[in-house]
Amino acid sequence: MEENILKVTNLNVTLNTHKILENISFEVKRDDTLAIIGPNGAGKTVLFKALLGLLPYDGQVEWAKDVKIGYVPQRLNIEKDVPLTVEEFLKFKEKDLEIIERVLLQVGFKTEGDHLIHRGKRLLKTRLGVLSGGEFQRVLIAFALLGAPNVLLFDEPTSGVDVSAEETVYMLIDRLKKEVDLTIIFISHELEVVYRYAEHVLCLNKEKVCYGPPREAIDKASLAKLYGEDVHFYKHEHHHVH
Amino acid sequence: MGINLFFILFVGVLVGASSGYLGSFMVLKRMSLVGDALSHVALPGLAVALTFGFNPMLGALLALMIAILGIWYLSEKTEIYSEALVGVFFTASLALGILITPEPELLEALFGNFEKIGFLDGVVTVIASGVIFLVIKKISDRLMLGVVSEDLAKSADIDIPKINLLYLLMVGLAVAIGVKFVGTLLTGALVIVPAAAAKNLARSIKSFQTIAVVNGVISTIVGILLAKTLTIESGPSVVLVSIIIFIMSLLFKGKRV
Repeated sequence: MEENILKVTNLNVTLNTHKILENISFEVKRDDTLAIIGPNGAGKTVLFKALLGLLPYDGQVEWAKDVKIGYVPQRLNIEKDVPLTVEEFLKFKEKDLEIIERVLLQVGFKTEGDHLIHRGKRLLKTRLGVLSGGEFQRVLIAFALLGAPNVLLFDEPTSGVDVSAEETVYMLIDRLKKEVDLTIIFISHELEVVYRYAEHVLCLNKEKVCYGPPREAIDKASLAKLYGEDVHFYKHEHHHVH
Repeated sequence: MGINLFFILFVGVLVGASSGYLGSFMVLKRMSLVGDALSHVALPGLAVALTFGFNPMLGALLALMIAILGIWYLSEKTEIYSEALVGVFFTASLALGILITPEPELLEALFGNFEKIGFLDGVVTVIASGVIFLVIKKISDRLMLGVVSEDLAKSADIDIPKINLLYLLMVGLAVAIGVKFVGTLLTGALVIVPAAAAKNLARSIKSFQTIAVVNGVISTIVGILLAKTLTIESGPSVVLVSIIIFIMSLLFKGKRV
């Protein structure tokens, strides 16, 4: 089995004559947790889409042969009143209800009696449109997990989720890693989360600004390159507590 | 006469059911206007068929297939796809169609005439609606996931352009078999309106599609019977029935089944 699950070499992405990503190269080892950080418009989501082969690029994106990717998008452009239930959505990927229920438990939904329950109603029969941001994200994670992936690509796990639920999304990622062999690549703009959960970090601002373990890679110079000279980001002081 | 009416109703049920089923995806894909405009393309095909004396349904089908390949190519393979372009192209084909359709047939080409539905049309409709249900049933999951999120679908290795093309071709087929009943101006409505009403009532995709099919069937049956009793054009009659169902569905919105 190859040691690297992903190798990216000289990746360039140009959209409508705008250069979005320039000469990005990095490698990801198996079971690593890689955070991708950078300001808005740095090309983080575009990098994800290139990794997934969703848009054209120059350069090489090489995944290990046995790779199975689960993708958790930032959001879906789905109207509130679309009549699509959680069950129907998850069945697009997996027909076996037992597997579906197991994965929903895995992402933190609870059962009452025989059924998974969402605010007193059966979760599987609930429409996607009435779920809260955090619940919806859990369903998206469940969708990604249904293919039994060995890599999870997470686009901004926090957006649209309130603070307490946000904490659990990262705890959830952490827990999943302990339960199954997973390489995780996630996009974030919260340094605190990066320090706490990522083993490696890729700082991105059109080009690669830094790469390495967060405490080594993120320094004053790279922060300045990412967010401008006069922005003061802090290293989280209580990291030893967690 | 009784057998004839039964035959027409039977063909109408097939047209209404397949239009409603296809419409359920179109409404969610937010392509309703494309569906409507698409039906206008049938007219020049119809005109050519009338001029050269072959089955108008096949003429309409041919024109639709060409138009659909065009739209699909523009939207999937190039970056110049725009709604404005689709609008221009479709109104152009409508204008052209009106000019070249032989005068005596123009009214029924635009608004439909169920009295003129022959045995061959019935056979074509049975085959076409069978194909529509089989193909859409087969691609339904992938098509619907693509509607929810193209990125998610592509990341699950679904060939979205291929699925979209298959879907559009089926819409073309549905419009072609609907043309004789409701005419080229209004067949798009038969695809969209029953499904739009169903969306107000449904709580799951399954109930959404079932209700859309039922609405399509009710609209054609009641519409044809009304047209026959009141001796009016069948197109406006069928479409107005579906619109009445849509208005009633608004009253029940919120009390979803």
